[in-house]
Amino acid sequence: MKIKENIAISESGFVFDSNTGDSYHLNTTAQIIMKFMKEDKDEDEIQELIMEEYDVDTDTLNLAYYDFLTMLTQFKLSENE
Amino acid sequence: MMKKKIFEKPIITKINAGVPDKFGMQNQIKAITHIDQVAIKDIIAEYGSPVFVISEQTMEETYETALQAFSTRYPKVQFAWSYKTNYLNAVCRKYHQLGSWAEVVSGFEYHKALSNGVEPNKIIFNGPDKSDEDLLLAIENKSLIHIDHFEELYTILKLANTTENKPKVAIRVNMDTGVYPMWDRFGFNYENGDAWNAINRLMLSKKVDFMGLHTHIGTYIMVGWAYGNAAKKLADLAVKIEKKFNHYIKYIDMGGGFASKNTLKGAFLPGTDTCPSFDDYAESITNALIGSDINPEHMPTLFLETGRALIDDAGYLLGSIIGNKRLTSGRASTILDIGVNILFTSFWYDHLLYPAEETSNYTEDTTVYGPLCMNIDVIRESLPFPNMKKGQHVVIKRIGAYNMTQWMQFITHRPAIVMIDKEGKTHLVRKRETNESIVNEELVPDYLQ
Repeated sequence: MKIKENIAISESGFVFDSNTGDSYHLNTTAQIIMKFMKEDKDEDEIQELIMEEYDVDTDTLNLAYYDFLTMLTQFKLSENE
Repeated sequence: MMKKKIFEKPIITKINAGVPDKFGMQNQIKAITHIDQVAIKDIIAEYGSPVFVISEQTMEETYETALQAFSTRYPKVQFAWSYKTNYLNAVCRKYHQLGSWAEVVSGFEYHKALSNGVEPNKIIFNGPDKSDEDLLLAIENKSLIHIDHFEELYTILKLANTTENKPKVAIRVNMDTGVYPMWDRFGFNYENGDAWNAINRLMLSKKVDFMGLHTHIGTYIMVGWAYGNAAKKLADLAVKIEKKFNHYIKYIDMGGGFASKNTLKGAFLPGTDTCPSFDDYAESITNALIGSDINPEHMPTLFLETGRALIDDAGYLLGSIIGNKRLTSGRASTILDIGVNILFTSFWYDHLLYPAEETSNYTEDTTVYGPLCMNIDVIRESLPFPNMKKGQHVVIKRIGAYNMTQWMQFITHRPAIVMIDKEGKTHLVRKRETNESIVNEELVPDYLQ
């Protein structure tokens, strides 16, 4: 899954969808994930990088990560590769 | 090694440019970690999850507030504990200890009150379904029988011939108090003359001690003045009895129906902001009685049968998160081990739900489901709630009324009930059910053995 080309993400966690005009706000963890996704890192790599920095177990991260991806799909911000 | 950062669930929130919320409602949910200084995690560790908790401290404080509201405005006030609201023996006994009589609506409850040590002449027997055996026992025990309909009235007159004890009776009166819906299914109507007719039949029979007048105008009544209207009408009847029969009734029973601070489904504002206080109800009722034409030398005792408003705040239901699910609409949902079968009041209240431990400040509109494999098992359609993990605990507040009597056993055992005493010690007051406690009542025909 990757972030659509037209989605702009600011450094302060502001997301803008130029197709719909909708805007979104990200918390810090979400910003990091979106940044890695924009850099075309794969899921395993992203989760590994987060676990290096944050105190979180695999299951908790997995649940949170996939819930986040569901939200990206829901908001139509992502597309399948 | 460098300490790792605290992980926060990744969140994306859509920014909605709209009219700001003029009430500025807080959407950050404060955790409830303790009830009366007892840690919730300790209660669940000892008694399991889910578990009902009753705070003796809150029961006492609420009772004292209610009593003070009425007794500072009226000379003679007597509370009678409404058994149907919560007839756990420990709860009933606490109210009796505080000075409440018992108000029962069935033979089962009547016997419960007797076994709780209530003096029989301090039991008020209400309700439409009293068997002949129940009535005879109540007559012989000198309990106060509140007559609901004419069949019952004539049954009592007939039973009076079979015993030396004169039945002590009151009639239940229904009336238009200016609020909707008008309850006219219980008792005798004031406006159409049925109530006066019933009083005349009883007084002229000379077979009963006509003790008082009773009403119960509805449930969750959100205005005090409706009680004022009801009290005026009962006072008018009392004056008519005085004039025609030279008889002074001993009491006026205003029943219950006071709202608790819970929020009804569909209400615009929370119940904490809209429900009247005990003082509001007391002001309306006592003003009506004191301002009536009742002979001041014979002011009747004011009886109150409030249940919900006394016990609701003292009850908590503790539970645990079973899992979380993102619905196809994108909405967050969480599944608790608390079903609507044990939280009956969730059908009419938007119950307050709190995490039992500190969580992220971020909340998301969440649907809260129970564990029953049934589509109707929804505790809250939508409330801002933080993301919680499996096994973490939650607290539902203000559930002391009706849930512990109207609960249904379904697919699993009903939970334990614990009372926290004023010293902060927990006491098991009802055991968690077991397979045996349910199956023991069943019988299997021989041919299926």
